[in-house]
Amino acid sequence: MADQYTVAFDSGAAPFTARVGGKCAALLTMTGRGVPVPPGFAVTTDAFDAALDGGGLRARIGSLLAGLDLSDTADTERRAAEVRGLVTDRPVPPPVATAVTAAYRVLGAAQDVPVAVRSSAGTEDLPAASFAGQYDTYLGVRGADAVVDAVRRCWASLWTARAITYRAAGGMPERGLSMAVGVQSMVDARTAGVAMTVNPADGDPSKIVIDAAWGLGEPVMSGETTPDHYVVDKVLLVPLKTTLSPQHHELVVAPDGHGLLRRAVEDARRGRACLEPAEVTAVAELAKRVERHYGCPQDVEWVIARDAAPLPDSGPRVLLLQARPETFWSRRPRARAEVVPGAGVSSIADTMLGLGTLPT
Amino acid sequence: MATQQRTPTRRHTSSARRTSFPSPYEQRAPEGAEDWRSMYPYNVLFQPERRAVEEAKFWFCDSQHWPTVLKPFETIGPELSTKCLGQFNTRYFLVPPAGGLECRVHQGYVYHHPVTVERDEAAARVPDFLRRAGYYFAHWDALLDTWKGKVLATIGELEALRFTELPDVQPYEEVERGVGLDAADTLLGGYDRLLALCHRAWQHHFEFLNLGYAAYLDLFQACGQWFPGIPDQAVAAMVQGVDMELFRPDDELKRLAKLAVELDLDHLLTVPGPGRHTLDSVASAPGGRDWLDAWETARDPWFNFTSGNGFYAEDRYWRDEPALPLGYIGDYVRRLRRGEHIDRRVSELVAERDRITGEYAALLDPAQRTDFDAKLRLARQVYPYVENHNFYIEHWSMGVFWRKTRELSALLHRAGFWPGENDMLYLTRDEARGALFDFASGWARGSAPIGPDHWPPEVARRRRMVRALASRRPEPALNRPPAAVTEPFSIMLWGITSERVRSWLADLDTTGDLIGLAASPGRAEGPARIVHSPAELDLVQDGEILVAPVTAPSWAPVFGRVRATVTDIGGVMSHAAIVCREYSLPAVTGTGSASTRIRTGQRIRVDGTAGTVTLLD
Repeated sequence: MADQYTVAFDSGAAPFTARVGGKCAALLTMTGRGVPVPPGFAVTTDAFDAALDGGGLRARIGSLLAGLDLSDTADTERRAAEVRGLVTDRPVPPPVATAVTAAYRVLGAAQDVPVAVRSSAGTEDLPAASFAGQYDTYLGVRGADAVVDAVRRCWASLWTARAITYRAAGGMPERGLSMAVGVQSMVDARTAGVAMTVNPADGDPSKIVIDAAWGLGEPVMSGETTPDHYVVDKVLLVPLKTTLSPQHHELVVAPDGHGLLRRAVEDARRGRACLEPAEVTAVAELAKRVERHYGCPQDVEWVIARDAAPLPDSGPRVLLLQARPETFWSRRPRARAEVVPGAGVSSIADTMLGLGTLPT
Repeated sequence: MATQQRTPTRRHTSSARRTSFPSPYEQRAPEGAEDWRSMYPYNVLFQPERRAVEEAKFWFCDSQHWPTVLKPFETIGPELSTKCLGQFNTRYFLVPPAGGLECRVHQGYVYHHPVTVERDEAAARVPDFLRRAGYYFAHWDALLDTWKGKVLATIGELEALRFTELPDVQPYEEVERGVGLDAADTLLGGYDRLLALCHRAWQHHFEFLNLGYAAYLDLFQACGQWFPGIPDQAVAAMVQGVDMELFRPDDELKRLAKLAVELDLDHLLTVPGPGRHTLDSVASAPGGRDWLDAWETARDPWFNFTSGNGFYAEDRYWRDEPALPLGYIGDYVRRLRRGEHIDRRVSELVAERDRITGEYAALLDPAQRTDFDAKLRLARQVYPYVENHNFYIEHWSMGVFWRKTRELSALLHRAGFWPGENDMLYLTRDEARGALFDFASGWARGSAPIGPDHWPPEVARRRRMVRALASRRPEPALNRPPAAVTEPFSIMLWGITSERVRSWLADLDTTGDLIGLAASPGRAEGPARIVHSPAELDLVQDGEILVAPVTAPSWAPVFGRVRATVTDIGGVMSHAAIVCREYSLPAVTGTGSASTRIRTGQRIRVDGTAGTVTLLD
C-alpha cells in the first residue's frame, strides 16, 4: 500500500528518492524487480515535513543553530542536543502516526513483529547528503508505539553535532532538510554481512567480495567483529579465496523480540565457515543481480534467515537488506594490468618469455 | 581455492611432514620384481652411473597417460611422444622457453622431467620462433588440411602392412622376373616400417599441438593479468568447442540408438551380452539392413576408438569388438525409452560459452578489449586441434599400430616363440626385431630358430615381474620438488602446481575433504564407483559418481550414467576435463588419491565448481 506518509516496498510505487530517500528507493526498486527483500515500508519525507512544519518547529531549529561556531565543539554538542530534544518531545502528527501504525500492522497482522527502523536520507535529491551510518538505526523494535517513536528518533538524528558539522563543511544548507525512514521486518539471522561487486583491494571488477558473520550483520558493518572473507569470481560465481575468522560472539534478535542480544557462538560453529559454498554462490548471485540492474558496482547488505529453507532450483535463500552504489573505485581509474599487447605469435613469444613468473 | 586461517583453530597436523619425494635410487622394488630393470630399454632407466644428475631433477609421474604398468614393448609410447614433443619445441619452431620432456620408466611407471631453456637462449630463439610459428598461425587452416592428408596416408600405410606366414617356397614367376628377394625381406622391412610409421604418427601428433596450447596460454595469461585469480575453467569455457571430431564416435552411437528406435529394432539391441550375434539378429529383422548400413558407415572411421587411451597394446577398440559400441547403444536405447534427453546440450553449451566470454569482455576497457578479442580469436581458431588430434592419433593411428603389432606377435606365437598370442609385448621393440630375424633366418635355413627355446621362460619371468610391479601404486613424484612449479605445460596439462605437490608431500591422511582442480562446474552427490581400468566400466550403475586414477575421453558413453567424475591425475585441459565440460558433468581432477581413499559405494559430494570432494560416510 502507499499513501502520502507511507509507501510499502511491494506497492509498486515509483522510487522517488526525494520522497523515500536512497535506502528505501533501492528497496522499493529491488522488491519490484522480484529480488527477495524482507517486507517493509518507507515513512516518507512528507511525514517528516508534516512533523517539522507544524508549530513552527523549523524556525525554532533555525534560531537555535543561528551563529553557531563549529570550532566550539562543546557549544555545538549542546545546541545539537537541544534541537534533537525539540524533535523527540513533540508528538508525531496523528495522521502520520495512524499511517505508520497501519503500515506496521500489515507486516504482522496477528502480532507485533520485530522490525528494523533505519534513517533513509541521503542522495543528491535530499540536501542531507550522508555517509554510511551517519543517522540512526534501531533494531528489534516491537509494537506500533515503539515504531512511531523510533521513526521520530531517526528524524532527530539529522541534528547530531557530527551531522551538523558535516553539512556545514560541505556547504549544505540547513534549510529544507528532510528525511525518510525505512521500517523493515527483522530477519532472525543465521548469517549476515555485506557484499561488494568490485574488489575493494584493487578495483578488479571481475570479483565479488563478501564479508560474513554469524547472526545479524551489524557487527560486520560497524567493524566490531572480523568477518569471514570470501573472494568470488563474478562471472562463474566460484569462490576463489576464503579467509576464515572464528567469531566468538554473535548479535541476534532477543527472544522476546524487544532489542538485541549478544551471545557466545558455541564451539561447534566457531571455527566453521559461516557460509557453505552454495551460500557463497547465492550471496554473490544476489549482489550481481543488483549490480546488473543499476549498471554500476554495488555495495549490498544481505542476510540468511535461521530457518531459511532452500528454494527449489535456486539454492539457499538470501535476502537483501540494503543496496547502494559503490563510490570509491567507481570514481577512480584502476591501475592498468601489464598484459602483453596484441595477439598472435609476437605476443605469444613475449608471454612465454615472461613465463618464469607464472603464478602457480 | 585457497583457504587461510587468520586464527589457528584445532587442525590435524600430520606427523613428520616430508619435504622431498623418495629418490628412485632408494626405492625397493616390490617382491617378485627385484630384477625389473632387466626388461626395459637402457635409455628409459635411471642408470646407476648417472645418480647425481638424475637425483638433482624433479620427476613427476605421468599416470594421466600411463596409469598402469608398461610392458617392455609399450615404452615406445612415452619414448616417441616425448621425443616428438621435444623436436617441435627445440628443432622446428624453437619455442622460446620450452624444451621437451625427459622420460624414465621406473618400476613400470612413467616419469617426466620438463627440460627448461635458459633465459638467454630462450630470448635468442625468439626471432626464429616468430618466423616459424608465425607462418603456422598465419596459414593454420591450410596447413591443417595438409596435416590431415599426411595422417590419413600414415594410417593407410599402417593398414596395408601384412604380417602373415612365410611361404614354403618363393613363387616361380619371381625367378623369371629375377626378383631375388624373399618374403623375409618384406617381413623384416614391414616391421621396420611399422615402427617408422608409429614414429611418424607421433610427429603428426605434436606438429600443431604445442602451438595450439601456446595460443591458449597467451589468452590464459592475459586473463590472469586482467582478472587476477580468474578460474582456469573460465578461460577453458571461452574456447570450448562444441562440434568436435573427438565427440563424433559417441554422437554416432546416439544416432544409431535413435535409428534403432525409429526402425523398431530397439528390442534387439537391449539384449544382455551383445556381440556379433546381435548384428546377425538385426540383419534378419525387417528394416535391419538399413540399420546395418548406418552401422557400417559409422564404423569407418569413427569406431577406430578405444575405451582405453591408445597407449596400451591391448586396449580394446570398438571396431574390433562390436560388444563395446553395442553395449553403449543399448544403454542409449534404454534411456530413450525412458524419455531421457541423450544429446549433448550443444546450444546450452554455446550459450554458456558466449555468456562467460561476454561478461568478462564487458569488464575491459576498449584497449584491453581489442587485445582480448584478438587473443580469443586465435585461441578459438587453434583450439579444435587440441581436442581433435586425439581421435586421429591416439585412437585411430595407434589403434591400427597396435593391431598390426599384435598380428606380428601372433605370427611368432604360432611359430612357438611364446605361449600367449600377445606375448611379444614382453619384449622390447629391439628384442622383437631380433626375434623376428631369428624366425626369418630359421625359415630361410630350413632349421629351427632359437626363440622357441629362449623366449617362453623369459616371457614367463617378465610376466611375473609386470604383475608384481602392478601390485603397487606409483609415487606421484621423485626427488626434491622445486620451490615453485612454473613450467606452464606441466601446470596446464598435468595439473602439477606447487599446491598439488605440497599436498602430495603432506601425504594427506584420511581426514577431511579431497582437494583437486575445479575441472568442470556443478555439484553432485551419490555413491562412488571406483574404476581402475576400462574393463571395469561395465560395473558403473546409473546415478553413481565415477572415481578413477584417470579417465579417457572415450569413456564418454558412460558419462550418461554417472552424476560426476573424480580423478587422481589431470589438469583442467586434460582430455577428461574437456569431455566432462562438454557433457555438462561436474568434475574434480588431480585429487592425487581419490581412487585409493574412496571406497565403491561410499557416498561422496563432488563440487566441480570449487574443486572439492567431500566424503559423506
